[in-house]
Amino acid sequence: MNHWPYIIAAYGLTALGTLGLSVASWRAMREAEARADALRRER
Amino acid sequence: MHAFANPARFLRIARPLTPWLFWGGLALLVAGALCGLLLTPADYLQGESVRILYIHVPAAWLGMGGWTGIAFAALVQMVWRHPLAGVAGRAIAVPGALFTAICLVTGSIWGRPTWGTWWEWDGRMTSMLVLLFLYFGYIALARASAADGRGIGDNGGVSRVTAIFALVGAINLPIINRSVVWWNSLHQGPSITVRGSTIDMAILWPLGLTVLGFSLWFGAIVLMRMRAILAENKIEARLARMAREGLSEGMGESGGEGAREGRVA
Repeated sequence: MNHWPYIIAAYGLTALGTLGLSVASWRAMREAEARADALRRER
Repeated sequence: MHAFANPARFLRIARPLTPWLFWGGLALLVAGALCGLLLTPADYLQGESVRILYIHVPAAWLGMGGWTGIAFAALVQMVWRHPLAGVAGRAIAVPGALFTAICLVTGSIWGRPTWGTWWEWDGRMTSMLVLLFLYFGYIALARASAADGRGIGDNGGVSRVTAIFALVGAINLPIINRSVVWWNSLHQGPSITVRGSTIDMAILWPLGLTVLGFSLWFGAIVLMRMRAILAENKIEARLARMAREGLSEGMGESGGEGAREGRVA
């Protein structure tokens, strides 16, 4: 049995999950901090 | 620990630390994964599928480590009422759940060529699946308590019920750890302990890189999520203060008009 398709699937799904969470967390942080800064400058 | 109770002091450390943890972690885990895929030999029994070990083991450790962090944060919140403990618990939950899911999925993918099955309801796999459901429950409870503003000190933390849930859920951690010893299992016994490893060094070494890399990356994601929660909390507090000020100014104006009207009458 060729194991490489299983290895590629495992690494691919891990990369997808970690990349997705990285982007989501970074965007949430940037947007929230930008809004907080804008609100502080507004006052 | 109370030195970091002040969110402003915490942010002064977290802001420069986040990119170092993120990029350092990413570099290490990519290096470890490439070494594991390209440089190490295949196992004499498992064949090439042993390479899944370099992502499966860090995912399992961080899934369990994540809940350890959540339970510790819950304890700190309940005993010392640390204002950032609940925020840390909320921030750990999603990456912890992701790593638990990665552990289950990569384990299942590894199981198909190695055991001949995708899934077996044995102690290790079932207790790990229970951990994933515990994460889902914690995320739902934490979101509900944050939405209700019932976190400790209303700082975006979690409610007392959520913290108790985290502490009770920690009972699953020793069950996961000992499951391969207590029950007959398809899953192999503990191969890496404090006394050493039964895995040959020729295969083992990239695992150190991926464990360290994923751990640093996990730390960066937790810091990002904590910073997002603290910023959201700041926005809500500022909007509430602006609304109160606007309301009191409006009432002051209408009160003055009323007084003037009274004098005219």
